[in-house]
Amino acid sequence: MTIATTYRAKRPLILWAAGFVCLCLQATAGAAIPIQQWTQPGGAQVYLVESPAIAMLDVQVDFDAGTRRDPAAQAGLASMTMTMLDKGLEAKNGEPAMDENALSEAWADLGAQFGVSATGERLGFSLRSLTDPELLDKAVALAARQIAEPSFPGAIWQRERERMVASLKESYTRPGSIIARAYAKAVYGTHPYGYEVTEATLARISIADMRAFYSAGVVACRARVSMVGAVTRAQADAIAARLLSRLPQVPCASLPPMPQVPEVAPLAQAEEKRIPFDSAQAHVLMGQPGFKRDDPDYFALTVGNYILGGGGFVSRLTREVREKRGLTYGVYSYFSPGLHAGSFTVGLQTRPDQADQAVALVREVVKDFVAKGPTEAELKDAKDNLVGGFALRIDSNRKLLDNIASIAWNGLPLDYLDTWTQQVDKVTVADIKAAFARKLQPEKMVTLILGAAP
Amino acid sequence: MKHPRQALLTYPVPLPSPVFRLSRAPAALLALCLAGAAVAQAPAPAPVVEKFTLANGLTVIVKPDHRAPTVAHMLWVRVGSMDEVDGTSGVAHALEHMMFKGTPTVKPGDFSKRVAALGGRDNAFTTRDYTGYHQQIPAGKLEEVMRLEADRFAHMQWPDEEFKREIEVVKEERRLRTEDSPRAMLHEQGTAVTFLASPYRRSVVGWMSDLDAMTPADVRDFYRRWYVPANAAVVVAGDVEVAQVRKLVEKYYGGISARPVPERKPRTEPEQDGPRRLDYKAPASQAYVSMSFKVPKLEPADLADPVAGAPASPTAAGSREALALTVLAAVLDGYGGARLERALGQGDNRLSDGAGASNGLMGRGPQLFVLDGVPADGKTTQQVAEALRREVALVAREGVSEAELKRVKTQWVAGEIYKLDSVFSQARELGSNWIQGLPLDGSERVIAGLRRVTAAEVQAVAAKYFSDDQMTLVTLLPQPADPNRKPRKPALPIRHGDGS
Repeated sequence: MTIATTYRAKRPLILWAAGFVCLCLQATAGAAIPIQQWTQPGGAQVYLVESPAIAMLDVQVDFDAGTRRDPAAQAGLASMTMTMLDKGLEAKNGEPAMDENALSEAWADLGAQFGVSATGERLGFSLRSLTDPELLDKAVALAARQIAEPSFPGAIWQRERERMVASLKESYTRPGSIIARAYAKAVYGTHPYGYEVTEATLARISIADMRAFYSAGVVACRARVSMVGAVTRAQADAIAARLLSRLPQVPCASLPPMPQVPEVAPLAQAEEKRIPFDSAQAHVLMGQPGFKRDDPDYFALTVGNYILGGGGFVSRLTREVREKRGLTYGVYSYFSPGLHAGSFTVGLQTRPDQADQAVALVREVVKDFVAKGPTEAELKDAKDNLVGGFALRIDSNRKLLDNIASIAWNGLPLDYLDTWTQQVDKVTVADIKAAFARKLQPEKMVTLILGAAP
Repeated sequence: MKHPRQALLTYPVPLPSPVFRLSRAPAALLALCLAGAAVAQAPAPAPVVEKFTLANGLTVIVKPDHRAPTVAHMLWVRVGSMDEVDGTSGVAHALEHMMFKGTPTVKPGDFSKRVAALGGRDNAFTTRDYTGYHQQIPAGKLEEVMRLEADRFAHMQWPDEEFKREIEVVKEERRLRTEDSPRAMLHEQGTAVTFLASPYRRSVVGWMSDLDAMTPADVRDFYRRWYVPANAAVVVAGDVEVAQVRKLVEKYYGGISARPVPERKPRTEPEQDGPRRLDYKAPASQAYVSMSFKVPKLEPADLADPVAGAPASPTAAGSREALALTVLAAVLDGYGGARLERALGQGDNRLSDGAGASNGLMGRGPQLFVLDGVPADGKTTQQVAEALRREVALVAREGVSEAELKRVKTQWVAGEIYKLDSVFSQARELGSNWIQGLPLDGSERVIAGLRRVTAAEVQAVAAKYFSDDQMTLVTLLPQPADPNRKPRKPALPIRHGDGS
């Protein structure tokens, strides 16, 4: 069973975003990754990498209806809508209704996997199926129904809401959840990235709200469809068309534009919040709004953060906090760039009596890095890893699909993966220093400390 | 809603999950197996796996897969927390951490730095049954990581100061994963009640007081004793050729001296002849209940082809039952809306916010079938426990349908194809199969065994293994958090290696 405990999906899904890839599939190392892209007559954009070696297909379909479009009073609307997506299908177009159990049995009988998700930005559907023609045909047909004809049964929404509330209450007893919630509020203020899902916001969500939200957001002409697997372009085109075929076929030109979502406001001043809590460890989160995915500093910031706190065992933060002093099991930093300025965040956990020491140390490391940038040696090490290890970012269909979907979502160029290592290689120490100075203000960051010894 | 068997990593993996569920058969294991009939339909050439043994006793397993120019290199040692003795619990895992702290030619911390410079990623993990070290690298860098791995396998060496810092890191790991997680604490203590003589009764990370008291000598002794070539296997999967790997392992691992594998005492778990129970109080909102039943496990020897005229294996019947128990778990909880979810989690008067079933199937130690659940608001753990057992009793009475059987088997067969997508997962599967003593095609044989399980066999094990006398029932009793309570004092206010 899985019970999600948080629906704020603006977590660091990929530590340094999108990038990468290479499923060199049939291609040799260094060769271009052959992404095919086209727009369907209905408007949907399709991205495909043919990967014929294994008789399977992965598909991701994304819509611009993520949690950033939640109304403030109904925080959780996007996530709850998706929770209801596998709870049954309407009888429609000659197909009988299915309840939640019939639906999950149907997927299991196909040996296929169908998933739904709501992140900060995307409502997403994922399908993994064998490409045996009979199985794939049935899987695509069922997925198309599920995308277009969810039944949103009211009694099941009551049940799911109860489960969510129970899960929320449990999360209020967990140090990691408590601090994450407070941190989102502190960094994002009133921006939707910082909305908190509560019992009250869930109580305000009705089936009618979900239906309205869903039909406004899940619009065929705006779909981004990404595929990796053993299919040809013609097959992919037919599959994409079929997946969207049961949605209303309305041209995007006839639709009103999607409402603008405001930008994340910068922080006015530093703030330190101490949350009393009785736990074996104190938790620390520190940060500020970061940058948007289309920022020209993307590569400098990505490479820089690898050096500061993204590179696992070899980052500066790990060296200083863990390796030299044994203060923590894990310490990290990440950017989470999206359509808006997702946060820059540093996090760690440590014994309560060491919290202040760890916080002072982390502040010093971040401040020093922003002021001086990395050393030439650190930058060389980072490039050796990032450029040298590029193939590891795309060495499976699954990893490749994540990259293709990111290219599709963020409107990145089709040669993004082919030029990725060059972009990394071009970054200089001065670039990183300048980019960090532009984006980060250590003197204005928020610091949350939960459970520190007084 | 499972008890993942604990696997601890040297470095936290921030996303998506900090825990490898390596040995949580069947899901993890089976998802990695080689398919038989199903794979044959795929256009990919039949995967070839080769195994050989060096003169010093080291096992080598190679699986070429040229889909991408990357390689997974793993070193598996058949030693885990179950090989520890009281007073030094956690030493297998502490040693795993210390393996990153140097050799005469590699400085502390340089191991990972060098792997990173090669474009690689590395980590390590410890479970009850084994310890594993791995690197994922571009294909051209295999030789360098093999040189590094062989070097530390044979020549680990570090100053005591390094241990004093790193053991603090390990304690932080224990606080993070265990002490601040009520369910992990419940699991740790429940396991200690479930097993008396079996070393499975201790958690992988070890008791805090044992970590406090651990010395550098404890770690070095454990290393010298267990890290011998005949107790280890190198697994290489990805863009390599067998001949090339053979040459490299001879060069880097071949020179390591052969030493005997230490004797392992059986520490056999005595028969359980009555119910056991543990109540655990912790700050939480949701209660939780888990019932563990002692069950037979699959003995690797029973997967071999029968030999004409050979005497019947004394464990054959138990192995068949272990497979049937795995099918039972899948029928109860193997897909969305399976029996437990339907019976406990749906309807107007639903009992639970989540319910699960899992079967151990295989392992170096004794195995359990676990039923667990979280009561819905207003319901009790007793109601959930009774309902879980009612579902098993229903199978015992009425059996399972052919449609259910077919459904769970279909998923396993499809999983055989999907698992081919990840070279790293395949290497992991080959390694953990070697640990358990399975043949190279062990996963294929397990799947074949599962596919042969009949509805009658599932019904029979449901009737046989779920009595009170074989059960350990553990319950989490949620306590309201006191917002005014002061943060606790550290258990041991000693600072090692301030480093500043």
